[in-house]
Amino acid sequence: MVYFYAIMAFGLIAIILAAIYKPLGDYMYRVFTSDKDLFFEKWIYKIIGVDPRKGQTWKAYLRGILGFSLLSVLFLYLLQRIQSVLPFSMGFDNVPGPLAFNTAASFVTNTNWQSYSPDVTLGYTVQFAGLAVQNFVSAAVGIAVAIALVRGFALRKSETIGNFWVDLTRATMRILMPISIVMGIILIGLGVTQNFADWIHVTTIAGNQQTIMQGPVASQEVIKELGTNGGGFFNANSSHPYENPNMWTNLIEILLMLCIPVALTRTFGRMVGQVKQGYAILGAMVILFAASFTFVVTAESFSNDPITSLTGGSMEGKETRFGIVWSGLFGTTSTSTSTGAVNSMHDSYTALGGMMYMLNMMLGEVSPGGVGAGLYGILVMAVVAVFIAGLMVGRTPEYLGKKIGPREMKMASLYFLVMPITVVVGVSLSFALPFARQSIFDTSLNNSGNHGFSEVVYAFTSAANNNGSAFAGITADTPWLDTALGMAVLLGRFLPIALVIALAGSLAKQDVVPVTSGTMRTDTKLFTGLLVFVIVLISALTFFPTLALGPLAEGLVA
Amino acid sequence: MSTATVNDVANNANDLAADVKKSNNKSLGEMLIKSLPDALKKFDPRNMWHNPVMFIVWVGAAFLTLLGIFQIADGSLANGEPVYFTWIVAIVLWFTVLFANLAEAVAEGRGKAQADALRKTRTTTPAQLVVGYDEENDPDVRGPETGHGPTSIMEVPSSDLKLGDVVVVSEGELIPGDGDIISGIASVDESAITGESAPVIRESGGDRSAVTGGTRVLSDRIVVRITQKPGESFVDKMIALVEGANRQKTPNEIALDVLLSSLTIIFLVVVLCINPQASSVDANVSLTVLVALLVCLIPTTIGALLSAIGIAGMDRLVQRNVLATSGRAIEAAGDVTTLLLDKTGTITYGNRQASNFHALPGVDHDEIVEAAALSSLADSTPEGQSIVDLARKEGKEYDEIAGAVPVAFTAETRMSGLDLPNGERIRKGATSAVEHWIETEGANVGQEVIDAMHDRVKAVSNAGGTPLVVVKQNADKSIKVLGVVQLKDVVKKGLRERFEDMRKMGIRTVMVTGDNPLTAAAIAKEAGVDDFIAEAKPEDKLAYIKKEQAKGQLVAMTGDGTNDAPALAQSDVGVAMNSGTSAAKEAGNMVDLDSDPTKLIDIVQIGKQLLITRGALTTFSIANDVAKYFAIIPAMFMEKFPGLGVLNIMGLHSSLSAVLSAIIFNAIIIVLLIPLALKGVKYRAEASEKILGRNLSVYGLGGIIAPFIGIWIIDLFVRLIPGF
Repeated sequence: MVYFYAIMAFGLIAIILAAIYKPLGDYMYRVFTSDKDLFFEKWIYKIIGVDPRKGQTWKAYLRGILGFSLLSVLFLYLLQRIQSVLPFSMGFDNVPGPLAFNTAASFVTNTNWQSYSPDVTLGYTVQFAGLAVQNFVSAAVGIAVAIALVRGFALRKSETIGNFWVDLTRATMRILMPISIVMGIILIGLGVTQNFADWIHVTTIAGNQQTIMQGPVASQEVIKELGTNGGGFFNANSSHPYENPNMWTNLIEILLMLCIPVALTRTFGRMVGQVKQGYAILGAMVILFAASFTFVVTAESFSNDPITSLTGGSMEGKETRFGIVWSGLFGTTSTSTSTGAVNSMHDSYTALGGMMYMLNMMLGEVSPGGVGAGLYGILVMAVVAVFIAGLMVGRTPEYLGKKIGPREMKMASLYFLVMPITVVVGVSLSFALPFARQSIFDTSLNNSGNHGFSEVVYAFTSAANNNGSAFAGITADTPWLDTALGMAVLLGRFLPIALVIALAGSLAKQDVVPVTSGTMRTDTKLFTGLLVFVIVLISALTFFPTLALGPLAEGLVA
Repeated sequence: MSTATVNDVANNANDLAADVKKSNNKSLGEMLIKSLPDALKKFDPRNMWHNPVMFIVWVGAAFLTLLGIFQIADGSLANGEPVYFTWIVAIVLWFTVLFANLAEAVAEGRGKAQADALRKTRTTTPAQLVVGYDEENDPDVRGPETGHGPTSIMEVPSSDLKLGDVVVVSEGELIPGDGDIISGIASVDESAITGESAPVIRESGGDRSAVTGGTRVLSDRIVVRITQKPGESFVDKMIALVEGANRQKTPNEIALDVLLSSLTIIFLVVVLCINPQASSVDANVSLTVLVALLVCLIPTTIGALLSAIGIAGMDRLVQRNVLATSGRAIEAAGDVTTLLLDKTGTITYGNRQASNFHALPGVDHDEIVEAAALSSLADSTPEGQSIVDLARKEGKEYDEIAGAVPVAFTAETRMSGLDLPNGERIRKGATSAVEHWIETEGANVGQEVIDAMHDRVKAVSNAGGTPLVVVKQNADKSIKVLGVVQLKDVVKKGLRERFEDMRKMGIRTVMVTGDNPLTAAAIAKEAGVDDFIAEAKPEDKLAYIKKEQAKGQLVAMTGDGTNDAPALAQSDVGVAMNSGTSAAKEAGNMVDLDSDPTKLIDIVQIGKQLLITRGALTTFSIANDVAKYFAIIPAMFMEKFPGLGVLNIMGLHSSLSAVLSAIIFNAIIIVLLIPLALKGVKYRAEASEKILGRNLSVYGLGGIIAPFIGIWIIDLFVRLIPGF
């Protein structure tokens, strides 16, 4: 029966996404290929002194990204450090250094890992002028990088790959803003809180005093999902009834997370002039997503631990208003995109169910991944897949008419090295460095054994993939984890971006090899299957030993 | 060598061919044993360093050997594992390295026989150096005694010859170095290079002027200008190539190396990080098992076979008597999308054949047949014979008429014919030549006849044929135009099908011909090529190549003449005929020793086969990891976490047997795949989708399944070892 509900829920999401796939994908295609600037965009370009018609080399494009992000980190850090003197701070003090660094790094990288507890740390100004702004622009940076890579495939013999400032501005102004405004109003209509009111102090039935936070929730909620950011207004994130009050908002929030990453495959297909190429990529995303969702629903419904078997499903940490299916769908969506929003507590899932969420991230978040990040991630894996199997048709490998030579392979290989190495080295150092080990065991972990280990693995996986969700049992606000995860977040974001932009540059320089019947086709089911296989083999298998020590040892009880 | 006879050289070539054949037919075991000494030499770490994947295995084996020694000294270091476990694993790893080295050594060994035979021809020979060569006094370089100038001849060793030196080579002597004939004509035995025993004619000027060092002049005397630098002769290059001495990695090999190195790095990090992670749950793993896991995960199969695949690809080309100047050229051959093929000799037989007699109106059909056949009886050219044959097919047999005088074809008259004893004269030739003859003979055949003749000629041309006009001059000097013999280009058998194959592979075939567009179109249609260049001049070829390349196509062509050189250089794969000029050979990136332009098609297939083999073994190697994970991961942690036993889907006996079985499989699979690496994956001309689908199921799916079965079987034996 649970599968029936699961299929219905999945089908509903699929149908709605299918309906917006073309319009949204085509719209984004026009946004990034149009020659016209809107009037306020012209002002922006004038203020920052950019010629919007001038293309940038990959190096200039990358300098733009890194410079912009560095400034954002510094700004966000400072904003938190002087919080006490800012207006609307609700009486909160300055945020301590390591935590401020962690939060700044986390929001600029589209991770939104929250070592802090928002309810007791940040006032309205930092949330609004700092975090919310980053929710938009960090997502826009992701889209820009993806578009730059797609241009690398689409352009011929070009030294430039577009203009970062134009891509950033358009992604923010023409895509993220309008959708956020419309959907934000809808969310408010459906009951998500939006005010600047003082907090409410109430006396509960039991006679305790309780403070209920208020605030501009809906406006942040919409971009939190749309930009696959995931940083909740409240600590409880989307399981909090102010953020996600009912099934309708739950459905909309899932759709918001998925719509841009999914539709970007259409934009990709349009830009390279073959929409079927986009379908093949989308196919791989759908297969991975559906498999993951099925696994989670199965693990949560049919776990063989005594309580679950008695109650007919593992409901610990899940909201009764969402149940296993809608919690599983939200969790799968959130960990498959780089959102990290939660409407249930992942730490409380069965060991195998929680492992699936980790695996979604360990795949490199490509099903369908974060806004932009998912597309460039899977395109890099497509390059690797083409390289491995492409030789088997008797030609040196090419993808979309671009030869995959030593330079392209260098970028792609380094790309898939970064994330797994960051995760396993991060986890290992946490247990190998004496002071870190002590901090982990004494402060961070409440659970011992395999589950405690899983919590640390989840934390680093989430950070290196810019997801931001957590196995909540861990106390992450320690100097070691704040710093290490902050570093993981930065490495996991900017190293891959640098490699992708360099790859875009070397692809753009190439001419296109014409398609013949001797060309390996990449718009077929066969290629979709191959891509899935390579992603699973290269990304997931790397984590086999780690998973064996954590969730597998915990979940597979003889 | 100077005492060697012509026969010796020929024998060398035959030995060489036999050697190559023998080495191919030898059983795998024999090949491996024969290559063992070379394989052992490759254990030198300075050599291993070039192959990062196998270098890691080498380091792992050395590390475990040391660890084994320490464990004997102090048993507590073994962590409860039997002390000999580390030793056995170390030995298996050493064998893994050995097998990789063997694969390379076997591949190189096959080229060695060829190189040795070639080396024999390279021995220093005495050269007759002309001192103070003076073109004015050519062609008879005979020295001062003839009074022809200040030249003198000096005997020097061939190794002392410099670029631009001029030597004289007389009958029976070996040509001391690569060069161009500047004077004279000679028949040359080139069997040492080509294996073809029939002598070839080389003469100054034109496209047959290049001679190769080490070949022998059988008759006459030639003056040769040396075009090689010392130590860089064609033979030197060949030896280096077949030995793989200065083998450079191709771009695709480098890219693959990058991928393999990255996978190696990632697995290295993963394995190094296992114990720090396991320490959190007190499940530390022994160093021996960690090294075994690392070796299993890194792509050793392809790492071990990669260079053998490359060498074997080059070798397959050499076996077809084609020499590539670099491995890169072979890869490019696999990528080719456009083939430029010369019509004559490649698509059609060199000679045209008569296919029809067309009598003019008012002329009896038998009359033209008789005239054409009679005049061709004494004509030994294939065209002439084909006319006689055609007449015979029509049931008409003619005997030579006593007293008739055959008139041979000359460049001046451009006609041949027969003068009969009764004063009649038969002539046949090209239209313009015949018309000219009629005019000079002062005959008048009438405008209608001329028009009728032109009509016929045009019809024949349009059909892709070459018209040959036949006329008869009567004893009274009046001339009768009998009609036109249609000569037709005969397309080689089986070519149509091969072009069809090419099309399936995504390769366009383009015919290059000097014929007029109408004729060219007709032949192109018959042969089934995709496009043609008619009335082609060498610069047209060049322009066409540039045009194709601008569209992103990769172009292959063959050529032999000096004026082909620019096009050969421009093309992505330029195959020069060995019979061609040195300029052509220098410009191309391959030389076909048999001078058979049809071979271009084979070359493309060899290139594709090389790439497919490389891809198939890479896929196989990477897919293998799935099973190895399932063998070793449960083995590592099962004791501490019995639940992980569920993952032991192969039902391996114990942790130790699982680890050992996995690395034994890992080593054995290398040996088992050596024949495939050398022979190459079977290649059929098909659309890429089909090829990919089949290879993916064989090497991808097979690569996942095979190790599950293999490791399971090996485990059945390994569990018999006491203590496992």
